[in-house]
Amino acid sequence: MAAHVTEAELHAYADDVLPPARRNAVEAHLAGHQQDAERIRAWREQKAKLHAGFDPVLEEPLPERLAAMRLAPQVPRRAPLLAAAALLLAGIALGWLARGLTPVEPSPAAPTIARQAALAHAVYAPEVRHPVEVTAADHAHLVKWLSKRLGAELRVPSLAPLGFQLVGGRLLPGDAGPVAQFMYQDPRGQRLTLFVTRSSTNRDTSFRFSQEGRVAVLHWIDASLGYALSAELPREELAKLATRVHAELNP
Amino acid sequence: MDRDAVATHIPRLRRYARALVGDRMLADDLVQDTLERALAKHHLWRPGSDLRAWLFSIMHSVYVNQVRARRPIAVPFDGSRDCGSTAEGAKRLEMRDLEAALAQLPAEQRAVVLLVGLEALTYADAAHALGVPIGTVMSRLSRGRERLRQLLSGARSMPSLKVVK
Repeated sequence: MAAHVTEAELHAYADDVLPPARRNAVEAHLAGHQQDAERIRAWREQKAKLHAGFDPVLEEPLPERLAAMRLAPQVPRRAPLLAAAALLLAGIALGWLARGLTPVEPSPAAPTIARQAALAHAVYAPEVRHPVEVTAADHAHLVKWLSKRLGAELRVPSLAPLGFQLVGGRLLPGDAGPVAQFMYQDPRGQRLTLFVTRSSTNRDTSFRFSQEGRVAVLHWIDASLGYALSAELPREELAKLATRVHAELNP
Repeated sequence: MDRDAVATHIPRLRRYARALVGDRMLADDLVQDTLERALAKHHLWRPGSDLRAWLFSIMHSVYVNQVRARRPIAVPFDGSRDCGSTAEGAKRLEMRDLEAALAQLPAEQRAVVLLVGLEALTYADAAHALGVPIGTVMSRLSRGRERLRQLLSGARSMPSLKVVK
């Protein structure tokens, strides 16, 4: 004797989402209720017809107006940021061009990463509403997503003992492919960004300091990844933070 | 929110809109309005949640607003599409029957039948997209599928004019 089967369960059965534990009960019910069996058959046929009728839309080339939306560049709306973003892109383009023109591979000391990191810091650190794409609340997703996009297993150092909490992260374009930017903030609102990119060399380097306007950057290469830590902080403070980051990344 | 991620959903938004609205141009209008609104409101998207379900929820509210603005448009069936007794012609007839049957469903039932049956949203995601409790989704699904079953079995007596709300 089958337990009572609800209408909702019949639909779940037709949609193949009924929990396995209830499948037998529904099948027993259907064996004794031809009308319900017929309804389920009809519902499944409806689904097949819907797919046959509308799946071809998936293959249609997108009309111009929708394709244009897809290709439109993503630019911040506010003007100062627009300028900063343009600067960032120009910096990246310059870095890329310089790379093409230089006959020798840039040494790890070349400030490209520092410059890109400083620009990215300048663009996003002042952001009030959208400092990051994925917030720290989604820590696991953030790390998984950025690791996937960079093609390297990333770790996010904890800087809480030094007063900086993770805000989240975002993905940026860089001259060596995608770049991950993690943002931290201390109780005063001081922001710190960690820029991580794949390195073109395998040589590890020590910390190198560079001052890009008001933004101080410490950058280094470790295990094929280039890191740059940027903040509007004195060099000594930044060095303390970088030491902590390095230690966290090399437990 | 990643613009590329949104872009990957455009074909499926178009498929749903086409089935929901019927007319190709109107459906693409709906998709375009949805994308514009999604990009303008991207900060409302909770990172880590299902982007597709969120886009469908935006499309639904855009659609409801359009329906509320009362822009009923009668779309006559294009007679030239129903030609001949070839396999292609039979397919077109079947498609015409399907479109006509969908057009006769109450809009709220049509949305649920399509989100679940065509877009394979979970009942919970469909509830979220439509902003109604899951029990409401189940009852609309049940009534919508039953109505569609009757319409499709008696499809030959369909009127040849449908009203797209």
